[in-house]
Amino acid sequence: MSNKDAYWNKTKNHMIVTLVLWAFFSLVVFMFGSELNTMSFLGYPLAYYMTAQGSLLAFVIMLFWTANKQEKIDEEHGFSEREDD
Amino acid sequence: MKGGFVKNLPKVYGLYTGGFAVFILIMAIAEQAGVSAKNIGVMFVAFTVLIYAFIGYLSRTVQVDAYYVAGRQVPTVFNGMATAADWMSGASFVALAGGVYFGGYTYMAFLVGWTGGYVLVATLLAPYLRKFGCYTVPDFIGTRYGGNLVRACSVFVLFIASFTYVTAQINATGTIASRALGIPFELGVWVGLISILICSMLGGMRAVTWTQVAQYIVLIIAYLIPVFWISSKVGGGVFPHLMLGDEVARLGELEQQFGLVKNSAADMKAAGVPGGLKYISGPHSGVPEGGMAVWKYLSLAICMMVGTASLPHILMRYFTTPSVKAARKSVAWSLFFIFLLYSSAPMLATLSKLALMDPNLPTGIIGKSISEVQSIAWVQNWSAVKQVFIADFNGDGILQLNEWFMRGDVVVLATPEVAGLPFVISGLVFAGGMAAAMSTADGLVLAISNALSHDIYYKIVNPKADTAKRLIVARVLLVLIGAAGAYIASFRLTSILGSVAWAFDFAMSGLFFPLVLGVWWKRATRQGAIAGIMAGILSGWAYLLWVYPKFSMAIWGVVNEPWLGIDHLRFGMIGAPVCLVTMVVVSLMTKEPDAATQAMVDATRVPTGKAVLGKQH
Repeated sequence: MSNKDAYWNKTKNHMIVTLVLWAFFSLVVFMFGSELNTMSFLGYPLAYYMTAQGSLLAFVIMLFWTANKQEKIDEEHGFSEREDD
Repeated sequence: MKGGFVKNLPKVYGLYTGGFAVFILIMAIAEQAGVSAKNIGVMFVAFTVLIYAFIGYLSRTVQVDAYYVAGRQVPTVFNGMATAADWMSGASFVALAGGVYFGGYTYMAFLVGWTGGYVLVATLLAPYLRKFGCYTVPDFIGTRYGGNLVRACSVFVLFIASFTYVTAQINATGTIASRALGIPFELGVWVGLISILICSMLGGMRAVTWTQVAQYIVLIIAYLIPVFWISSKVGGGVFPHLMLGDEVARLGELEQQFGLVKNSAADMKAAGVPGGLKYISGPHSGVPEGGMAVWKYLSLAICMMVGTASLPHILMRYFTTPSVKAARKSVAWSLFFIFLLYSSAPMLATLSKLALMDPNLPTGIIGKSISEVQSIAWVQNWSAVKQVFIADFNGDGILQLNEWFMRGDVVVLATPEVAGLPFVISGLVFAGGMAAAMSTADGLVLAISNALSHDIYYKIVNPKADTAKRLIVARVLLVLIGAAGAYIASFRLTSILGSVAWAFDFAMSGLFFPLVLGVWWKRATRQGAIAGIMAGILSGWAYLLWVYPKFSMAIWGVVNEPWLGIDHLRFGMIGAPVCLVTMVVVSLMTKEPDAATQAMVDATRVPTGKAVLGKQH
């Protein structure tokens, strides 16, 4: 397998992991809204908290994480851009 | 000098933010000295708009890549701010908290949808489109699939989605300009348009970028100061985001106490409730029971997320970063800056709902006698302009929860007044709303006119046009599109144009899969893309005509029940799957793309190496 293919496989897997996390915080959590609302976080009902703030925050953190991880994959395979490009 | 400018950006915008803070202080002092509320509002809007116009003038350019993609030198964090301003429309600014106020948990599917979409942007599209080196979104589709027809089809979808959105934005600019400056709405629309055009005409994307950064700073200050101030004033704590648990629980108790009653349409009509005013009928934090409620939440979130990842005016912001790496990080920063406002909207809604509902608070009105409520100054002011309304359905002279009607915008615009904040804060909120509406309108008008000037005029009609001619055409189109938007907005056809959610549904129906598969599936062919785009947008559109009561009444004379709960806000749930299936089937039936196209896709997938489209094209 060429370096390019190996790189693309890793990138694809990384994309799938990110999208699974995304689906968890955007869809799965809200399939169980009524159940989650019986629990509480910071004094808020949990499902309310997730839709008002929790999932939003999870997306922000996820994006910084995913960009850093992808940069590492770039470096590993020598596809990292030079800053002065 | 150019490099110098980019290096100095933090200093420039630091000074700007400091200057704006000084301006707010001067206005506060002016208010104490007896300057009227109206004049303070005028000064806030006029001062900020003049600054944006000045930035727009300084950023004028005669270069194609500066005009279309800001010369691809916008640093990560600043592009994040510009995207956030591009994203958060006048509607987000003034109506989001109101939506949460009335809709509670159910409405907040929009919050998840309008943020979660950025994960799709970052993982599936932004870095690859940046590497490709396109000027516009149709530029990618036209080059990847090859041919003028597919390019024209994508411009068609872009036009429908963005134009639906832009009239709503110009409408919002007009509303705010007319309120703040005290001029008629029709005039306000044109004042708004001129402000929008000054920011974008001379410098295209470059000018829009630097004004959007300035507009973000104004709008976030204007949103957060009132939220924190109101919170500490009404006892919500100094940091409302982490401290409103008790308030949310209290709202649940009050809902029990007052009862959530649904008014019948006939009762509301008989009482003469003005159109567009709403009342609280759903729980604030409670989750509605049943599988259908869950499906409605999820389907709305999906439409908004996928729509976000297909909106050209957002995607094109990531064409302006210096590198692929910067494009990825920039999406993360965009969402961070959006999060600052979106996570505050539910807090503002909670505080303002409690202020009106809790009988133990001095501001509470529910459960009081109607004559007493009608004598409150802010109730009188907003009743006079038909933004609030009281209907005593049961005739007991006491204000019940279902008898209090209000327009969603009032939550943001009036809460500072209700909570007893000085007027300077209301002036600041006007400036923020204006910034939000202008920045989004700018991005949209530019997305449409760039697609028409680059993809239709230069790529299809006249490929031999020189730079000067291309930029003249781009500017003429910009003015025409803006004027058309303002002309339609001035008729106040909002009931016909429907909701901004439609823009998301149109975009996801016609653009999401052609874009994503263009990067992720080498086998996708030109014929597949053309068939997919057209089948997606037309099926979505047909479903909208069928399901939206006003349209179906006009065409067939009947009101159709939504199929599987897919109403007019969610018609992308029909269009996008049709687009995907058509595109895959037709692609597999046609000949595999040639080696050159496959090599192009390979080049798109790695961050290094030459872009597919050159620096100037």
